[in-house]
Formats: sequence, C-alpha cells, structure tokens
Amino acid sequence: MSFIPWYFALPLLGAFLIPILNKIWKPLVLIFTTAITFALFILSLYGIAVVHEIPMVVYKMGNWPPPLGIVMAFDAMSAFMTLVIAVIAFAANIFSLQYLRTYTGQGKFYTLFMLIIAGMMGLVVTGDLFNMFVFLEIAAIASYALVAFGTEAEELEASFKYMVIGEIGSLTFLLAIALLYAKVSTLNLADVSNVLQTFRYSPIFWTILGMMIFAFSIKAALVPFHSWLPDAHPAAPAPISSLLSGVFIKVLGIYTMARLIFNVFGLSRATDPVFFNLLIGFGLISIVIAGLIALAQRDYKRLLGFSSVSQIGYVLVGFGIGNFEGVTGAIFFILAHALAKGLLFLTSGSVVDATGTRDLNKLAGCGEKMPTTAWSYRIGALSLIGLPPFIGFWAKFYIVKGALKAGLLWIALAAVLLSGLTLAYLLKIESHVFMKKGKNDYKEAPFLMRFSMVFLVILILIAGLGFNYVFDLIIGPAAHALLRGLEYAQLVFASVINF
Amino acid sequence: MIIFISCIILFLIGLYSIVTKRNLIKIAIGFALMEYAINLLFALIGFRKGALAPIITSVDSPHNFVDPIPQALVLTAIVIALGTTALMLVVIMRIYEKYKTFDIAEIKKLKG
Repeated sequence: MSFIPWYFALPLLGAFLIPILNKIWKPLVLIFTTAITFALFILSLYGIAVVHEIPMVVYKMGNWPPPLGIVMAFDAMSAFMTLVIAVIAFAANIFSLQYLRTYTGQGKFYTLFMLIIAGMMGLVVTGDLFNMFVFLEIAAIASYALVAFGTEAEELEASFKYMVIGEIGSLTFLLAIALLYAKVSTLNLADVSNVLQTFRYSPIFWTILGMMIFAFSIKAALVPFHSWLPDAHPAAPAPISSLLSGVFIKVLGIYTMARLIFNVFGLSRATDPVFFNLLIGFGLISIVIAGLIALAQRDYKRLLGFSSVSQIGYVLVGFGIGNFEGVTGAIFFILAHALAKGLLFLTSGSVVDATGTRDLNKLAGCGEKMPTTAWSYRIGALSLIGLPPFIGFWAKFYIVKGALKAGLLWIALAAVLLSGLTLAYLLKIESHVFMKKGKNDYKEAPFLMRFSMVFLVILILIAGLGFNYVFDLIIGPAAHALLRGLEYAQLVFASVINF
Repeated sequence: MIIFISCIILFLIGLYSIVTKRNLIKIAIGFALMEYAINLLFALIGFRKGALAPIITSVDSPHNFVDPIPQALVLTAIVIALGTTALMLVVIMRIYEKYKTFDIAEIKKLKG
C-alpha cells in the first residue's frame, strides 16, 4: 500500500474515532490527536525524501487507471505543502492542549480540527478536479464551524459572514467544474490539461479560468474579496486562527490557484505576460490596501488578520513574476509566512489567555511578565518583516531577485519598500503590548503553550540559517514542479506505469 | 443550449437573493437555489436523448448510455450541500437566540 492515502486517511480516522474516545476517557483524546499530528509530521518528512528520488508518485484509488479512475498525484509541490500543513498543525495542536482548558466541548473541537487537516491534506495530494472540490469543502465546512466555536454573538456573526462569502466561492468553483466537464468530459487534472490545450485561449478557456481565480481569490482573501478574513480568523480560538491564517488560506486559495494556472491551464510568463502582470497588480493592491487598514486596527488578532491579507499579496506577486526565482520566492514566502503568522497568532492566544482581552490599549506591560511570549512575538515579527538571519528574509530576497531578473525594477523596489508597512503595523503591537510598562499581575503562558511557540521560533531560526539546505531539499524541487507546466500531465501518465 | 442558460439564470437568481435580501433565512434559500442550479446543470450535461440508464446487465446490452459521471458528482454535491445548509441553518438559529432578529442590518457587532 502506498503512503499517499495516509495523508488524509489518518486525520479522517482520527476525526471519527475522537467522539468515541471522548466518551471513554477525555485525556485519551489529547494523546490521540497529538499522536496523529506528529505522525503526519513524520509522514510529510518521508514524503519529502520520496519526491527527492522520484519526481512524481501516483496512487490509483481502487486501482483504476488515470483517465477513468481517481488518482492521487504527489509531486514536490504537494510534498512541500503537506510539510507546511503538518508543522503548523502540530504546533497548533500542542498549543491547544492547554489553551482549551477554559473551553467546553473539547471532543468536538478536535473532531473539527482533524477534519480541517484531512481536507487540506487531501486537497494538496489529489490529482482530480472534483476530488479537489470535495476536500476543499471538507476543510471549509470544518473551518466555518470552528470559527463559530465560541458561540458568542460576534463569533456567530463572523462565522455566518465567512460562510456566505466562502460558499459563494465554493459554488463558483463547482459551476466552473461543471462547465469544464461539459467541454472536456474528464476530471483528471492531467487529462483535463491535455484536452484544454485543444481550445487554448478560446473565450470558454478564459471564462473557466476567470471563475476559478475568482473562487480561489475568495478563499485566499485577496483584496477586494478579503472582508470575511479579519472577522473570521480572530473569532476562532487562537490555535485555529494560527492554522487558518498560517496554512488554510494558502492551501485553499494559493496552492490551488498556482496548480491550476501553471500545471493544468499551462500558462507561463513567456506566453501570457498580460495575465501574469494582472496577478502582480492584484498582489500589490492586497499588500497596500490591507497593510494600510492594518495600521488603523486596535485589536491584536484583527490586526494580524489584516496582516495576513497583506502578506498573501507577496505570494501572488512572486507567482506573477513567474520566473524560477520569483516562484521560488513565492514558495519560500508560503513557508516563511506560515511559520511567522502561525507563531504570531499563538502569541496572541497566549496574551488573550493571560489577560482576557485583545484590545491593544488595555494590554500594556505584557513584555516584562511574559518574556517567552514577547520574544517569540519579536522573532516572528522580524521574520515577517524580512530581516536577514530569519527565513522571511530569503523569501523576500528571492522575490526581489526574480523581479530584477525579469526586468521589473519597480516591483523589486515596491517589495522592499512595502516591508516598511509590515514593520509599521507589527511595531504597533510591540509598542502597545510588549514595550509599554504597566502595572498588572499577568502570568506567563503554561508549559505546553510556551513549548509550541519555542518550537516555531526554532524552526524559523533553523530554516533561516540553513536556508540553502531548505532550498535544495524542499523549495527548489517544489518550484521546479510548478514550472514544469504542461509536462505535469505526461509525468502523471508516465508515473502510473512505474507504481 | 437554452436549458443550460436557464440553469445559469437560476444560479444568478440565487446569487441575487444572497446579495440583496436582508433576511438570514432568505439568504440560506439563495444558497439552496444556487446548489440546485449546479446540480441541474450537471444532470443536463450527462443527458443524451433516448439513452438508457448506465447499468450493464449483460455483455451484449446496448451501448447508448447517458454519462454516469455527472450523476455520481451530483450525489456527492447534494451531500456536501446538505452539510453546508444544515450548518448554515444552525448558525442562523444561534444568531437568532443571541440577537432576537433575522435582519442582517441589525446584526452588526463586528466593525470594519
């Protein structure tokens, strides 16, 4: 049996066993979920090792060959995304073990948590269009429920808003699949990509692509479709905010978009410069507008939510640059932003846990009493801004390098200068919460919460210092996998015979 | 062709209801309309005039079947739609308990 189905089978199994375990003995649930996320972490490392040897591993569901059956196509990009999901899921899981002690209904929480991981893992390993939609909906429905998990008025309202906007995106994606199926009569991504080339650049080609990009822009919360994110992400419990902002928007929005644009629709900067310039423009609008709104926020988590919208713009700019360095930068940025924003949302959880409020004006004096949280925040923020020893620097470095190589000097300049905006809004939290002195009796976070923050801090440092190893092993192959373009289809069909 | 376009029109009616209606239940109905429109479109894509149900009973059964894949997709899509509709109605119920209204203009504790 191949290792690929375990990526989503393991968390799905967990999701449906947890309600039973919860009836037997509650601490068993905590051990069980931690074991599953840790197993996924190990499995994703194994996946990285596998794609280092073989560029594409294909698993046939029920042993049906590709154009007829459903396949799982696992290449370096999928391996990279599974690693990012597993790392943040593991950190969020450890954090939630103690963070959730004030919540009721832990069994339900972990069931939804496992479902969200199963949906994301399935989405990145699948090689079938409709399967993509199903996994996307599994993850999305679980996330709507988790946003409403506190069942306070604001949380329910945020969840409903998120659900309405998110479902419009999902249903548009489903309509696009229906139109595409009517035209190509197949759902396998590799086969779709082959047939699509027979009517490349026709109006229906652009209509379907446009509908899909609209759907994924909603899922990725790009400006002007971002309005749900600053409500929904802060409303969720902190470990879930960390998972949603860290990986969820990238898996459901950016990964799917990149996979379809590069590997299925087969667009590249060389052939379609206008389309890729539009992506860059879209990204820059997100960076600037969301960054400016973030400056005006007075709520810790809401500010971080706007920051996520702004940072996602950089990923899109990287993909829009479209040469090897640009795409490498975008993929680096996915990793850097997942680690940094995951960490920042965990620090917000630690602060809220100690103080009971998210209002920046009431949070003075956390810096002295909560040193681990404060230093975790500082390192995460420095990485997000893009200072040299941390991984965030290499992400921006490659985006700038790619822009210069493509002759887009003003985009390189914008990417560097807009870091100032990131610096400005992250300093606002630093100055209000951690630097300002205040009288209080706040306590530092409990051990496991500190452990998961330090775990992410260490990963940011390791990935930043050993960036050439990270680049050779993970990022470079992933960028090659995307830039392989239409050869993706041939590789899938060739790999069926090998496995 | 006209039936495909009418499916898209049904989809747009659902979207119109979501965007313009102020009652939460009417928004949920809008989603149901959009889902029906897509399911109908899928079923019509697989349809062939005078064709049989795609069940092979013997080796020499006739080969003019309708396309079975859209039917499988519709079944899956219905289940997903059930999940989202149920969750949406539950959230609407809880919102009603907190705010005592279905009017979205009065549900605005979140700012920005």
